[in-house]
Amino acid sequence: MENPRFPKCFKISSKPHKFCPGCGYGIILKNLGWVIDELEIQKEIILLTDIGCNLLSWDFFDFPTAQTHHGRTVSTAVGFKMANPQKTVVCLIGDGGGYAIGLQNLIHACLRNSPITVILVNNTNYGMTGGQFAPTTVDKQITDSTPFGKDPKILGKTFKGPELLKGIAWEKAYIARGSTLKPEILKNYFKIALESQKRGDFSFVEVISACPLNWETDAKETLERLEKLEEFFSQGELK
Amino acid sequence: MKKFAMGNEILAQAAFDAGAKIMFGYPITPTTEVLSTWIKLAEKSGRKYLQTEDEMAAGFGVCGAVLAGVPAFTATAGPGTILMQDPLVMAEALRLPFVVFIGQRGGPSTGQVVYSQQEVNLAIYGGNNEGLRIVYSSSGLQDLYTYGIKAFNVAWKYRFPTILLYDGYQGKMKGVVEIPDKKLKEVKTEPILTKNMRNTYNLEEELAEEVLKAKDEFEKNSKELIEYEEFQTEKAEVLIFAHGIVSSAVKEAVKSLRKKKIPIGLFRPITLSPFPIKKAALVLQKAKQIIVFESSLGQFSRIIKEKIYWVNIPLVEVFKPGVGFTPEEIEKTVLSLLT
Repeated sequence: MENPRFPKCFKISSKPHKFCPGCGYGIILKNLGWVIDELEIQKEIILLTDIGCNLLSWDFFDFPTAQTHHGRTVSTAVGFKMANPQKTVVCLIGDGGGYAIGLQNLIHACLRNSPITVILVNNTNYGMTGGQFAPTTVDKQITDSTPFGKDPKILGKTFKGPELLKGIAWEKAYIARGSTLKPEILKNYFKIALESQKRGDFSFVEVISACPLNWETDAKETLERLEKLEEFFSQGELK
Repeated sequence: MKKFAMGNEILAQAAFDAGAKIMFGYPITPTTEVLSTWIKLAEKSGRKYLQTEDEMAAGFGVCGAVLAGVPAFTATAGPGTILMQDPLVMAEALRLPFVVFIGQRGGPSTGQVVYSQQEVNLAIYGGNNEGLRIVYSSSGLQDLYTYGIKAFNVAWKYRFPTILLYDGYQGKMKGVVEIPDKKLKEVKTEPILTKNMRNTYNLEEELAEEVLKAKDEFEKNSKELIEYEEFQTEKAEVLIFAHGIVSSAVKEAVKSLRKKKIPIGLFRPITLSPFPIKKAALVLQKAKQIIVFESSLGQFSRIIKEKIYWVNIPLVEVFKPGVGFTPEEIEKTVLSLLT
């Protein structure tokens, strides 16, 4: 059998990766890897990860990476970029890190148009801790901490990050939402986001992704749920 | 060259002279003028600053900048010191040269914004780790300049988070300090994030190994790091332990008490961490009485008791939580204790 073709910037010694079977991170990181190869920025990129499943990518790539604390990746990235503007700085964070505990840091980085790229993975739950409610959990969704279904009267509306950021982002900032169901489109969003950073602007891509382990879905159900989520979280470039 | 300035202004100048390139700050009394002074200094010289949305963003901004190999710092106090634990913990784990000036104010909660010595615990042991931090306690304006500079040099040399503890009195006080005429050599730095840096472990044993390694290095370097001040300790039968600005008041009291032929001296740890254990034990050899003065309910005294636990000398503690001491009252207290 032929070996699978990996992006050049992958660290082969850390494969197979550490994510659960069926997790969307593999698709996300692979497409990010292709874009890094295409843009030939492996020598100038650094990746910062948060707390949550994304930290499993701490040694995924063959370029400098560091893992920060919950919700603090964006602030660390802002500091790094100020210190070394020549580097391309990417944050990989989850929906808890970005929209709950780290939301104010994300908002202010966007308000200031900090020239960093934030990739936020929205799988509608806290994956690493065992599938609890996240700001992105949809109404009636069963999670570990909403065992009777998410009730918006208690927990509020489902959070839509790109729509919020669109209202405060600078004119040339880039805001998009893609999905692991459409990797080609997602890859393009990553590319535009990184190019946007190069021009000196803030860029943000939310990715709708699957968490079959905590969703307790098989392959077919996972795909069906992703399709539904794609409808609920409208896809495309918001800015 | 002599300069007349406020304590917080002196700290900004010290960071500037040490070669710091960026300050991340969130305004909080009594440290705010560190940020406002730095902004003016930075504007004139092409250095950078960012007023962040909270202290965590300021602290993680420092983490990010030092990962890139650029000396950066922040200043905070009170509730901000609590939020600063999050980045301090990361800095301790990743051995980042993190520098923070902490201007202690009275707790609990928002408390008062004037003065205290109640952030000793937070400075050394505030994190979910083992307190491998270098902590200086400044006793006056000249110290703010000296240790403000030193903080950067030791942080980058030994790669432990470095804290300069001061307080609202020192921060807001104005006075004369001596600063060098010539430009100082800037702190030596290098990029830190050059590979996959690990900050997460699968097994207890993996993490324990890292922590033990760091602890070992901390202890090995302690000899070089430890600083203290002795004042009239020769033949001192009564030894006062004090740190920070309280030690400055104690000094005045000791001078006056010595004139009254009382064999008294002061031992002041400048580094609260690592603590000058051996030296403290040495000066205690002839002592018959220890007195501890501090503006908290024993955060400093607890360290002394832990570090010199084997010393069999009576120890009296004089605590005023968040309240300062005058030399006169120290003298009076000592005299009443000795009779």
